[in-house]
Amino acid sequence: MIALEKRPQPSQVWSLASPVVAVVLTMIAGAGLFAALGQDPVAALIKIFWEPVFGPYNFFYLPQLLIKGAPLVAIALGLSLGFKAGIWNIGAEGQYIIGALCGAGVGLAFYPMEARWLILPLMLVAGALGGFVWAMIPGLLRVKFNTNEILVSLMLVYVAEQLMASMALGLMKNPEGMGFPGSRNLSQYESASTWIDRSYGMHWGVVIALIAVCFAYILFSRHILGFQIKLAGQAPRAAAFSGVSPARLVLFCLGTSGALAGLAGLTEVAGPAGLVSIDFNVGYGFTAIIVAFLGRLHPVGILLAGTLMAITYIGGDVAQSSLGLPGAAIQVFQGMLLFFLLAVDVLTNYRVRIGQRSVA
Amino acid sequence: MDLSSINPLLLLASLMVAATPILLAATGELVVERAGVLNLGVEGMMISGSVLGFVAAISTGSPWLGFLVAALGGAGMALVFGILTQFFLSNQVATGLALTLFGLGLASLLGQGYLGVKAPPFPDWHIPLLSDIPVLGPIVFQHDPIVYLGLAIVAGVWWFLSKTRAGLVLRAVGENHEAAHGLGYHVVRTRLLAIMFGGACAGLGGAYLSIVRVPTYADGLTAGAGWIALAIVVFASWKPGRLLLGAYLFGGVTVLQLNLQAAGVAIPVEYLSMSPYIATILVLVIMSASGAPGSLGKTFHAAR
Amino acid sequence: MNDPLLRLSGLTKAYPGVVANRDVSFDIGKGEVHALLGENGAGKSTLVKTIYGLVKPDEGSMTLEGKPFAPHDPRAARAAGIAMVFQHFSLFDALTVAENVALGMENPPPMGELAARIKDVSETYGLPLNPSRIVGDLSAGERQRVEIIRCLLQDPKVLIMDEPTSVLTPQEVEILFETLRKLQAEGTSILYISHKLEEIRALCDCATILRLGEVVGTCDPRETSAREMAELMVGGTLHVPERETKVEGEVLMQIKGLSAPSPAEFGTSLKDISLEVRAGDVIGIGGVAGNGQDELLAALSGEIRVGQGQITFQGKDIGHLPPDARRTLGICAAPEERMGHAAAPDMSLTENGALTARKRKNLTKNGFINWRAARGFAEEVIETFDVRTPGPNNAARSLSGGNLQKFVIGREILQDPQVLIVNQPTWGVDASAAAAIRQALLDLAAKGAAVIVISQDLDELMEVSDSFAALNEGRLSAPRPARGLTVEEIGLMLGGAHDMEVAHVAS
Repeated sequence: MIALEKRPQPSQVWSLASPVVAVVLTMIAGAGLFAALGQDPVAALIKIFWEPVFGPYNFFYLPQLLIKGAPLVAIALGLSLGFKAGIWNIGAEGQYIIGALCGAGVGLAFYPMEARWLILPLMLVAGALGGFVWAMIPGLLRVKFNTNEILVSLMLVYVAEQLMASMALGLMKNPEGMGFPGSRNLSQYESASTWIDRSYGMHWGVVIALIAVCFAYILFSRHILGFQIKLAGQAPRAAAFSGVSPARLVLFCLGTSGALAGLAGLTEVAGPAGLVSIDFNVGYGFTAIIVAFLGRLHPVGILLAGTLMAITYIGGDVAQSSLGLPGAAIQVFQGMLLFFLLAVDVLTNYRVRIGQRSVA
Repeated sequence: MDLSSINPLLLLASLMVAATPILLAATGELVVERAGVLNLGVEGMMISGSVLGFVAAISTGSPWLGFLVAALGGAGMALVFGILTQFFLSNQVATGLALTLFGLGLASLLGQGYLGVKAPPFPDWHIPLLSDIPVLGPIVFQHDPIVYLGLAIVAGVWWFLSKTRAGLVLRAVGENHEAAHGLGYHVVRTRLLAIMFGGACAGLGGAYLSIVRVPTYADGLTAGAGWIALAIVVFASWKPGRLLLGAYLFGGVTVLQLNLQAAGVAIPVEYLSMSPYIATILVLVIMSASGAPGSLGKTFHAAR
Repeated sequence: MNDPLLRLSGLTKAYPGVVANRDVSFDIGKGEVHALLGENGAGKSTLVKTIYGLVKPDEGSMTLEGKPFAPHDPRAARAAGIAMVFQHFSLFDALTVAENVALGMENPPPMGELAARIKDVSETYGLPLNPSRIVGDLSAGERQRVEIIRCLLQDPKVLIMDEPTSVLTPQEVEILFETLRKLQAEGTSILYISHKLEEIRALCDCATILRLGEVVGTCDPRETSAREMAELMVGGTLHVPERETKVEGEVLMQIKGLSAPSPAEFGTSLKDISLEVRAGDVIGIGGVAGNGQDELLAALSGEIRVGQGQITFQGKDIGHLPPDARRTLGICAAPEERMGHAAAPDMSLTENGALTARKRKNLTKNGFINWRAARGFAEEVIETFDVRTPGPNNAARSLSGGNLQKFVIGREILQDPQVLIVNQPTWGVDASAAAAIRQALLDLAAKGAAVIVISQDLDELMEVSDSFAALNEGRLSAPRPARGLTVEEIGLMLGGAHDMEVAHVAS
């Protein structure tokens, strides 16, 4: 019989190996999925994982890697703070939207004034603030009324989507847009564009994501706050005994993740996306949850996981256009990845023993 | 604006219909949580149920088969969650989220060929005699069978939890899994069964949306209904009776805002559409989470 | 008693790295009260779990009334006539007494009938209980009654009792013994597990002594001295802490009218507690489990904030200060629960050292942790307190209970506190480590610190305390000099009858 036995301490090896094993298992299962959809599984896997990075058109796809990866990494980093502490912000999608709306609102308010030194920083602040405030709603409710932050943050995604729809069709609608829904194109408005170099896919969101990785790394390896976050997640009572204030931690984790999601939204809306429209959000806030776990809630891991996930997005597009693989297949693929990761993860804390028990 | 176009009788009748998918999903989740498991994958199981049930109903022409397939599909998805959390000891919050993300992808993959297709008709039952009662008849006794099935499941769950030995064991497992194990009850087996029941209910709720309520398939059809079901379980303090109240309250808000939209009230559509979600948040704030099962969300591993 | 009711032969059970039971054999006769003696970790729990069907032995067999007996789960054991009262109650807080009882039975009658039988049986055995009450609201003693009634309703052949008196006052112990003797007279066999020798001498017909998983002796406890049994149990002679006489110190901490609600759902609120804590003093606080011990420690450590003027330290109001600020002033604490409260199980000992010591040991600067210094501190604790571990990088959960306890107590003592509050400092710790911990507490007091020892072990309190007070339902009795207190007086204090002794209080 097979039994699990708790390890005396977490296995370092498995903690690093499990994401890799999970990726491999997902590729195998994904091949099965693609075969079931009537595709050549190997060709599909090559299209998804090889083509974007090493294929003949990689000069076109590599900039996309930065564009897709930056929001994923930035949001996942923010989420990882809370996830480590047992605070579950799963409404990053909403904070992303509100960040974009606030930042874009500032940019649009200044149109057509040209003052990049003033307008862009103001937009960044507004974007961060927007996401922060949106995340503070579940934060304050949790602290004041012990309301479940999972459900509140998620409900606020739907509220944010409706708000965005109302903005795109109303207040922020482009007066010169000939009646089409959506705002003015901010990426073409010099003072508000978050692009740094469009041909390389370089925009402020990428810079912010990289800075955030560095800060998060220092926070967790050296700073007392990172230690307290970890402590609160692993042993809440020990954290209280140590002197960690749960309320402050909730607000810090939610606020920071909200601000990062808001920044990701703002840099997206005034750069790659360009404008506020009904279909602005594409689910980065949710995919970032997978990224955070796949990266083991570790800043460097998240950077790698974000890159991998960005590849699957781009590869999914490639496979869709060249093989006709349905776009949703990639979503299923990403979901499977998280399943496998969670399954393999058991080996970090437990070891498997086979046939040890004998019945007397 | 023409508020007089809102017929209060119809409003109340459609309230029962609007509440049914959430009632079904919430009842299932209530049983799961009473067994000490937090499954945040309700949305994923619901939307999978909605597409599976829809596809089955279209291909066989029988809505009943659609509901059956949806229930089985929901239970199957739940089983994945169950295996991961009960045997692989994965974190329940993370696994539930994974189930939702996976379910959303799966639904949009399977539903591609069915976007905008119309579901086969599913006639209402006019319960003899009762449906002829003035006022009450049209409100309560002229619905499709699933509305009554939902009510029957709530009643059944109430009876099971409070009156049966198996229900007592399930509550014991949810309250203190170590102690239940110490007395020789099968924690994992009990939980797996509860999880699968929860999945089947969520699947049914999802199928009700696509087959009866909308009745067509569209991407993102559930629009957070699964999450609202989770919130209603908290609102109900894990009690079936109050669950019914919560679902009908929510159904009321939904129906009312839809009617207001139709009546052309001066409030923009988007703000009306937000109202169910904001109502849910308000409800969560007012109800502090008391009465949660003691072992809710905790991983059980039978050591020594 | 020639025909044994239950016979164990050659039971062996090994876990990775440790043999819990090795070749254990003994008999229990019909109507016999059989003691199973041993220190924590001697393998008593594994043995009774084997009898109760929770653990399957690697080798060996059992017979019940001459027939082979190998229960594959507790239900089978119950069906065969084995009943067990657990040390850590296997009760469900949110359920009623009747529901809890029903869960422990194979074929419970309908609830109404069951409630009537509970009332009936509980009164017959002198353990009154209301079947419709929620178990979470009951006292520890009442909770134990639920467990016992649950067993009795099944007419067991063998009743296993695991450390039943650790949660009872001396008076309640007497009631329990009456019940057990009654059962014995009716022909029920009792397997009584304890390490309290006097109890065993008062109650049991026969004793089997376990050490490190093996049977090291069998005796008639009524004819064997407590000392002989203790030496068999420990396998050597014991070191008893020594203490020097000393002069009365200044008042360090003043607790006045301390009242606080419990943060736990079924916890005990603190009610109007007053206490003067002097330098060099060891104050022992006794009490049956669940009478506010956790809450008192939390209020003193800073986990619970309390109202103005309720706790002052060197004349300064500190009731509003969080734990870290109190540590900075010199108030350290070690809660009862090691895993998850005093220490984070999955973190390394280095990290666990920094958990409380970062202020007093200057382990952080501008919020940045000096991991080298933290590691050094952990090593110092390991070294000074003889913590058995390969090194400070090991996770706390890899340590045995006793070793982790030494680490936790050592961590606080090495911070040189002015006031140290400990709860159950030697719970589950083997005798020699317990003696070392007690000695360390006394040494700290000798250096001029005040020590508050909260414990349920009266022997321990009598050994270390200068003065003694008792907690009962969140109230604290007036402290009395520990020397010369009789068991009866302590029992009255624990039972909450402090007011009648007011005239005696000397301070």
